[in-house]
Amino acid sequence: MKISAETHPLTHTIDAKRGPLDLKGYEKVGGYEGLRKAIKELQPLEVQQRVKDANLRGRGGAGFPTGIKWSLVPMGPDAGAKYLVCNADEMEPGTFKDRLLMEEAPHLMVEAMIVAAYAIGACTGYIFLRGEYVVSANNLNKALAEARAAGLLGKNILGSGWDYDCFVHTGAGRYICGEETALINSLEGRRANPRAKPPFPQISGLWGRPTVVNNVETLCNIPSIVVNGGDWFKGLSQGKTKDGGTKLYGCSGRANKPGCWELPFGTTTREILEVHAGGMKGGKKLKAWLPGGASTDFLLPEHLDLPMDFDTISKAGSRMGTGLITVVAEDQSMVSAVRNLEEFFSRESCGWCTPCRDGLPWSVRLLRAIENGEGKPGDIEKLMTLTKQLGPGRTFCAHAPGAMEPLQSAIKYFRGEFEAGIRAGAATAAVQA
Amino acid sequence: MSNTTAQPVIKLADLGKAPPFALSDQERHEIIDEMHHYPDPRAASIGALKIVQKHRGWVPDAAIPVVAKMIGTDAADLEGVATFYSLIFRQPVGRHVVTVCDSISCHLTGYDELRVALEAKLGIRFGQTTPDQRFTLLPICCLGACDRGPTMMIDEDLHGDVDPAGLDKILGAYS
Repeated sequence: MKISAETHPLTHTIDAKRGPLDLKGYEKVGGYEGLRKAIKELQPLEVQQRVKDANLRGRGGAGFPTGIKWSLVPMGPDAGAKYLVCNADEMEPGTFKDRLLMEEAPHLMVEAMIVAAYAIGACTGYIFLRGEYVVSANNLNKALAEARAAGLLGKNILGSGWDYDCFVHTGAGRYICGEETALINSLEGRRANPRAKPPFPQISGLWGRPTVVNNVETLCNIPSIVVNGGDWFKGLSQGKTKDGGTKLYGCSGRANKPGCWELPFGTTTREILEVHAGGMKGGKKLKAWLPGGASTDFLLPEHLDLPMDFDTISKAGSRMGTGLITVVAEDQSMVSAVRNLEEFFSRESCGWCTPCRDGLPWSVRLLRAIENGEGKPGDIEKLMTLTKQLGPGRTFCAHAPGAMEPLQSAIKYFRGEFEAGIRAGAATAAVQA
Repeated sequence: MSNTTAQPVIKLADLGKAPPFALSDQERHEIIDEMHHYPDPRAASIGALKIVQKHRGWVPDAAIPVVAKMIGTDAADLEGVATFYSLIFRQPVGRHVVTVCDSISCHLTGYDELRVALEAKLGIRFGQTTPDQRFTLLPICCLGACDRGPTMMIDEDLHGDVDPAGLDKILGAYS
């Protein structure tokens, strides 16, 4: 298929060999038309309405409708200082999509940060970028400087009387910074502990002011929605699902050609794995897959033909999450894979609430014992109890409940592998007795 | 984590004799630039610590009260921030920091072999620094380059599809 702005709004300007376009190059292929149209022809609430019409859903993992998120922000002349924050803390294991946009299409990101800020009436925007994304930081800062010099950022943007500036804020590690209220604390220069909700950030966020936090990919959809409208956006998914747009899908793990591609929303995992990622490496069979990051439930080969969208994957017992699948081959121990996942969550817990701080290391100890064949009878039941005690509603934020998703689904589908690690342990204990 | 490079021993009798910690003019300028991005200068906490680390390799204890004063917070608060973030180093590190991704996609594509080869090649474990102060080895969570696993970073450079057999060549570029 020919790649154009109409079919691939996120990636049409990307050419990895050439590198990112500068301001002139980006404007030549339609760049900043979304911004010009928004500022010259539309009121902020009209921009919000377009995003609502498109029914754009958040691409950071939760799938919350962006237009509805924005509509909770107080508007009008008395609303005071408001902030737009881009969550560019991409740290969900198995996810590598936002890096692509920021490294290769930095001006799209900058344009999106201006249009979205205009829609909610923000005075300042921050791109909260993980510290390890050095190339992204350089490319974004260069694009911001070009935009500032051209009058697209700063005072009286395009003669509209609206002042707005945007900065890159780089982090210093810790996965929890991706949780939106922890991110706000981190941005304020504090430890990245999550905050209680409500109040939601749209009412009281950064420095107690109304704040919108959106993911990189979500924001990058905004300029083209402003130019082309909601119906065009809905049509991008080609009827594969009721949600509109394209999605950066990807595949990593034991695939032949891992990568990240912009495809119609609702493309099946089979197409992603077999057509785009070239199938499983070394002719191995697929054993299980994570739909979109470490904090999503494992699914099986029988789920390959489901369209990758929020509702379908949710009905199958998992979550689409970030939409970048991780594939596990038949010769991989599931106990070892889950132990790796729980070690990650355990290390990255911020320690704020007890179930997460103490429960996650406990799950790691149990899984290590089972992996080494030293599990004791009752260990699987203990793990199952943990999936409840660390589940939704028991913790301050979604970190621990997310951690329990791959664990509960691995036990559900591959219980025999866990039992094998306990039988061996019980046998050893009997001999020693 | 243990570290072969112990922090200097401070004897009570010597306290007060050491020259007071001072930021360089360059560090001060960079921190002030960073503070200008925010209505509340405290938001520059992490940025300021990263600036100190960029110039010194790590953030010594003595830097904390000085930086805290500059950005208008107190030392205990900034200490809490400095110890929270995994990429703020509170002990001296080698001239180059090697961070190896140990998350799921790299776990499935050869992380274990890479870690074993690195530990053997450098003669150190995670959290340690080589005796010649050349490399510090650390684990890190997903580097967002899962299509190129196994991955690692050396300082600010990302290395993907790392073949343990090719480590000599990669490490050789960092003296």
